[in-house]
Amino acid sequence: MLNNYIPILILMLFAIAFAIVCVFLSKFIGPKNPNPVKLSTYESGMEPVGTARQRFSVKYYMAAMLFILFDIEIVFLYPWAVAYRKFIPNTVYYALIEMSVFIAILLVGYIYMIRKGALNWD
Amino acid sequence: MITELIITSTIKITLVIIVILTGVAYSVYAERRISALIQNRIGPNRVGPAGLLQPIADVLKLLLKEDIVPAKATKPIHTLAPMISIFVALCTIAVVPFGDSIHLFSRDIRLQIADVNIGILYILALTSLGVYGITLSGWSSNNKYSLFGGLRSSAQMISYELSMGLSVVGVILMTGSLSLQDIVLHQFGWKWNIILQPIGFITFLVAAFAETNRAPFDLPEAEPELVGGYHTEYSSMKFALFFLAEYANMIVSSTVIVTLFLGGWQFPYLQTFGLPPLVVSLLQVFTFVIKVVAMIVFFIWVRWSIPRFRYDQLMNLGWKVMLPLALANIVITALLIAIFRS
Repeated sequence: MLNNYIPILILMLFAIAFAIVCVFLSKFIGPKNPNPVKLSTYESGMEPVGTARQRFSVKYYMAAMLFILFDIEIVFLYPWAVAYRKFIPNTVYYALIEMSVFIAILLVGYIYMIRKGALNWD
Repeated sequence: MITELIITSTIKITLVIIVILTGVAYSVYAERRISALIQNRIGPNRVGPAGLLQPIADVLKLLLKEDIVPAKATKPIHTLAPMISIFVALCTIAVVPFGDSIHLFSRDIRLQIADVNIGILYILALTSLGVYGITLSGWSSNNKYSLFGGLRSSAQMISYELSMGLSVVGVILMTGSLSLQDIVLHQFGWKWNIILQPIGFITFLVAAFAETNRAPFDLPEAEPELVGGYHTEYSSMKFALFFLAEYANMIVSSTVIVTLFLGGWQFPYLQTFGLPPLVVSLLQVFTFVIKVVAMIVFFIWVRWSIPRFRYDQLMNLGWKVMLPLALANIVITALLIAIFRS
């Protein structure tokens, strides 16, 4: 079974080699005339003000956190979806109701999140 | 046995990479020509016949440009970020089947780089890695435009990844397998998933547009407000790698959409014509390529027809429309399967 993954490994090596060659090729071929102004941070032609490593809106953290929660829940749906047809015909409604309960619990959290305004971006 | 596997897959991989890179070059050309057509301009037509050599000239120009790394940037990450982007874009193609199998040199060659039984999971895992390239490039440049581009992009990509993952569940329910080859084989005749899973198709399509940062979801590089977005501080081949990754992502997600929903390499009722096996195999690959090209043209057409979303509209669409829609699709699909199959 693991033999199936050998081509993926080869493709990954190819991709890494391609990326490295591209980055270093331009380093060697391109001209090199650095000066302080050229190397300064681009800020629409103005002198850069401060640093970019500042605090940013908490909403991005909220989105990331909620993503992790929901993504884990989605991962639970995959094995169920793969196995679903194996329940036909006897226990298929059992499988359906079980997953409906799971999705209902997910929905309670989802509604709470919406009502709390966790994703209001204005 | 192992050496034969390595040799055949190396040949396949080389061919696929060449096809993708050429595809990228010519989808950039196609994009410029089609946008010109839509905006009543002419577009590039000077380099070579009808401008066909324009992509090569562009690549050469970028290769010969100076590679500028800003003095305040975090240099190792600044170099690593475009590599991650292109790595992800090139590796995702591994599990996509572009044909059944072809009988050449007295052996059967499968027209797929790797037929792994977790195909869809592999694709979802790799596309999630794509966020790193963009976020790291935005952060490491130490530029405010880049940072905001990277932040927006990461929030957007993870939000739409949810509905993408959920709309795939519908397809898995139809097939009962995670292998892309099985999914294609299941869509014989008229039974394409676009007909059986229309809601799943729409949510997946919209999520694919958002995942590839294509218009109308190209917030990360909204020119009027963020200059170049996450790649503002990139030049030369590093910029080219981001550009390449963007178009390679577009091509790869077209192949994934075609595989999951448009019947992959299946040509309806091709087996009933009684053609020789070699012709059938070649026709299947040809069908796949035609479908993918149509999908790419659709991507380009949408970009030049629909205006960009505002950021709150984008997040609302992702979390408050797409997510419930995809969830409802799963429940309805499971219910219909239970009713009609038992």
